[in-house]
Amino acid sequence: MALAENTMTPQRYLQRLSRWRPIEIAFWLATLLPFVLLPNYLSLASQIAIAALFALSLDLILGYAGIVSLGHAAFFGVGAYTAGLLSAKLGWGEPLTGLLAAAVVAGAVGYATSFIIARFRHLARIMLTLGFGLLLAELANSAGWLTGGVDGLQGIHTWPLLGVFKFDLYGYVAYAYSLAVLFILFLGARRLINSPFGLALRGIRENAVRMPAIGASSRVHLQMIYTIAAAIAGIAGALLAETTETVSLDSLGFERSAEIVVMLVLGGAGRLYGGLIGAILFMVARDQFSGIQPQYWYFWIGILLIIVVIFLPNGMLGGAAKIYERWRKR
Amino acid sequence: MSAPALSTRALAKSFGSLVVARDIEISLPVGARYALIGPNGAGKTTLINLMTGMLSPNAGKIFLGEEDITALEPQDRVRRGLARTFQINTLFPGLNALEAVTLAVAERRGIAGQFWKNVAEHKEAIEEAYEILLKLRLGDDCYQVTRELPYGRQRLLEIALALATKPKVLLLDEPAAGVPQDESGDIFEAVASLSGDLTLLFIEHDMHVVFRFATHIIVLVGGGVFTQGSPAQIAADPGVREVYLGTRGHG
Amino acid sequence: MLPPIIGVLFDGFAYGMLLFLLSVGQSVTLGMMNFINLAHCAFAMLGAYVTVILVNDHGWPFFATLPVAFIVTALVSIVFERVLYRRLYKATDLDQVLLTIGITFVAVAVAAYFFTTQQQPVQLPSYLRNSFEVLGLRLGVYRLTLIAVSLLVTGLLVGALEYTRFGAQVRAAVDNERMARGLGIDVDRTFAVTFALGSGLAGLGGALAIEIVGLDPSFAFTYLVYVLIVVSVGGLSSIRGTFAAAAVLGISDIAGKYYVPQVGAFLIYLVMISLLMWRPTGLFGRR
Repeated sequence: MALAENTMTPQRYLQRLSRWRPIEIAFWLATLLPFVLLPNYLSLASQIAIAALFALSLDLILGYAGIVSLGHAAFFGVGAYTAGLLSAKLGWGEPLTGLLAAAVVAGAVGYATSFIIARFRHLARIMLTLGFGLLLAELANSAGWLTGGVDGLQGIHTWPLLGVFKFDLYGYVAYAYSLAVLFILFLGARRLINSPFGLALRGIRENAVRMPAIGASSRVHLQMIYTIAAAIAGIAGALLAETTETVSLDSLGFERSAEIVVMLVLGGAGRLYGGLIGAILFMVARDQFSGIQPQYWYFWIGILLIIVVIFLPNGMLGGAAKIYERWRKR
Repeated sequence: MSAPALSTRALAKSFGSLVVARDIEISLPVGARYALIGPNGAGKTTLINLMTGMLSPNAGKIFLGEEDITALEPQDRVRRGLARTFQINTLFPGLNALEAVTLAVAERRGIAGQFWKNVAEHKEAIEEAYEILLKLRLGDDCYQVTRELPYGRQRLLEIALALATKPKVLLLDEPAAGVPQDESGDIFEAVASLSGDLTLLFIEHDMHVVFRFATHIIVLVGGGVFTQGSPAQIAADPGVREVYLGTRGHG
Repeated sequence: MLPPIIGVLFDGFAYGMLLFLLSVGQSVTLGMMNFINLAHCAFAMLGAYVTVILVNDHGWPFFATLPVAFIVTALVSIVFERVLYRRLYKATDLDQVLLTIGITFVAVAVAAYFFTTQQQPVQLPSYLRNSFEVLGLRLGVYRLTLIAVSLLVTGLLVGALEYTRFGAQVRAAVDNERMARGLGIDVDRTFAVTFALGSGLAGLGGALAIEIVGLDPSFAFTYLVYVLIVVSVGGLSSIRGTFAAAAVLGISDIAGKYYVPQVGAFLIYLVMISLLMWRPTGLFGRR
């Protein structure tokens, strides 16, 4: 079979596209640094890991499949309440099975709503995601007897991880746990993105009209990724419930959905690491500026969004990639 | 007598009072090289949209071989062997050519739903995609991101994507549209080299191309079939000249 | 004696008329340029605060402030359109959503800074605060005025669209932008004017809303949701559709709160989701 001059076969080329780059390895090694360098910030680190996981789940549907969702926190909240209720009402505080339960319930809700989400586009779809999110938040609010309403869910007690590691006050176990879950699910997401299914999702995002013309059933693909993303968001929510032993209504609210979109866009959607970077930047900034009043915070977030959209449409990672390209071409 | 590869019966479509397709009866035998011509606005692309399922007709039926596909969704028609290219490039701008064609191949092979194995592990699909790209002289460009490909190569990629679905019938909507003269030769050579089993219907404005490649010409005017026949018949038909050839300032 | 349901319908319809004023601009501009402007209610909020300043700090009579609210909001919206929105007409849905949410965040923060997060009441003239009895039902004068203003606006809008040249240009641009340009219609200018008008109406709606729903910085987000619901349910660029959807939603919301308060706002979302599933392009939408 005649090949072009380069000795690389198409297969090897595609393999190279998905290989681990040194900077990625550096990144994951760096996530271990807080244990050593910033032991006082471990609970923040754990929160960041959870937000990163949540942002990753949004990236799968927004960055890769192109679904703009303003209600993704619904799945986060469902996962959080599932794990929380399992402990608070049924007395079952085992963390890993809590994650599993959250994934199943959130995934089921995602699957059910995916039938609707996959059938629409543009404004109608955005509105539907918003509507579902608000609906669920209202339901949680009204079902105070179950969710604890405005006061939040009380009485969550998380058992030691793997029966051995008790969740300590400093957050060592919490961060190790959250980081491990993040990493494992990240590996899964990475695999998914580099699979034929990942290619199909990118196809849908790049040109939804062309997909049926090549015999693809976009609806089926979208439903699948929506369900998977919902399950992962649910796991993130459960992690929050387990590590902080609280769940409140704001885990489902519009603010949470909007925040996660901001984090993802800040970091750069469609690049797998965008959500992680965005989560780090956002949460660290929020922690640093936690003294100031909320309206000032929203002022700067607003300005940031405007700047990102006009000047940095692919987020930090996109901007960095462009700089890198320009530097390489010199 | 085997059934025609693609046929329509009394196909009609209107948008309110605007009639875009009127009682269209077309029959493409297997291996045909048919051209669809007509003035702008005659409804040629509309007809292709009706045949592929992007538009649903108000009346009439469409048959792929013996099967009535009128009610089928576009992707199901593709799976049964009816593919098309678009007049305006409808490609995946952010994917490179190899990825794009591999995706089409993967969809056809039914492996596009697999999320646990790396794309690179699907050796046969990738090789199939690469062969299609080679056949269309895109082998050297296949690692380039689609949006960076020159326009002429993009038109070839349009065809590659359609071929990846292993169609029995291929509808080409102005395959060389917008391509400068010196590059359009590539496209038509590619079209010419397509297998004899493949049934082709192409929309084209350039009469030289039409007379060179088509064995049969259908003339569409105002949403209806004005006339059809061999190239010689059409060239000699005064009605066609008046409606179409005569009103054009250049070939 | 009229049953209380008539009172509920009256209040609901008045509320719906308010939603109509707030939404009609969004519906037309979305339909025309496919631009998702989530800052629309921030503009409405601006109109409301203009009225608050003029009435509370400068003693203007309430009605006199309404045209000012309209004009100031329209002018401010033109500035935003020229400087920011213009660049994103061809951008993705996500970019438009993010830009306009960003603007809304900034607007909310600015409002909180200048006016605090407390509700701002506005001094209405005493005759507006009256109500009178009709067949045993208390009808508020304010709500009646609101309905009257909205119907007047609807009439003007429909009349303008049908009978003026500008209206014809708007309809052409909505129907087929490329064709309209080809016919020599300055679509960009048509859009800019329509956008200003729509935002101005939102500002007017905002000013009128203070008495009905109260004004604080969260207005920009809370009512955004309702506006989006009205617009997506009513169908883009359809005045009829926006009117119908606003009326239906207004009545459903008030009736829901009156008859089944435990269910709360949840009902509106359910109604929206169901309606969107039945008619994804809206009740009177085309695309």
